[in-house]
Amino acid sequence: MTLRPGPDPRGVLAAMADPTRGRLLAELATGGAATATTLAARLPVTRQAVVKHLRVLALAGLVTRSREGREVRYEVRTGPLTSAADWLAGLAAEWDLRLAAIKRIAELG
Amino acid sequence: MLTDRIEREIVISAPPQRVWQVLTEAEHISGWFGDATEIDLRPGGAIVFTWSKHGSHHGVVARVEPPRLFSFRWARPAGEPATEGNSTLVEFTLSPDGAGTRLRMVETGFAGLQVSDEDKGVAVKENTEGWIAELGELREYAERPAA
Repeated sequence: MTLRPGPDPRGVLAAMADPTRGRLLAELATGGAATATTLAARLPVTRQAVVKHLRVLALAGLVTRSREGREVRYEVRTGPLTSAADWLAGLAAEWDLRLAAIKRIAELG
Repeated sequence: MLTDRIEREIVISAPPQRVWQVLTEAEHISGWFGDATEIDLRPGGAIVFTWSKHGSHHGVVARVEPPRLFSFRWARPAGEPATEGNSTLVEFTLSPDGAGTRLRMVETGFAGLQVSDEDKGVAVKENTEGWIAELGELREYAERPAA
């Protein structure tokens, strides 16, 4: 009756675990595509640090890069984020089923 | 924003002592988690959850404080011993609620699951279809009338 624990979006969750990366994604999501220089101006971190964090986000599939003149523009990709959220929601729903089963067994006494 | 934890709570019309048995005794665990269970109920004790269809998942008991707190780590990949890098932590907290029990479950550690460098780039893409299948299976189960 219990579902197999499925494959998981570990890369996405690990990438999101860092607060600066969370801020960066939020900036890109609300302000649209931006360069590392623009992002560094909006956050209390160096451009170098921004580039490093964007690389991790890109590896997890959370941002895409495109050239703009001499700079690189970053854009958020919401697909992996939605999938990760769905995945967690699925796990939470599995727990609801398990807790309901615990309740049923306990109340049978 | 995405978080690294799942939190769930339920109120059960049975005393904490009874809920504790259901949570920690092998014969009862099989009723809500897997099809067969072996458990050595002490901190550091081994757990094996077996799903007849999907194989065995190993776990390690973390905290045992009857009838208030029970936690364990369980390995996400089948057949592997549970380590920090491949397992999540499940913590059950029981508190009296009238004549019943308020049971709270928190599962953490998804972000700490290790990803090899080569996995990092492809994991998301490859897994998307898997999650969709899982969710479909889950919905089907949830919507089935209770036996």
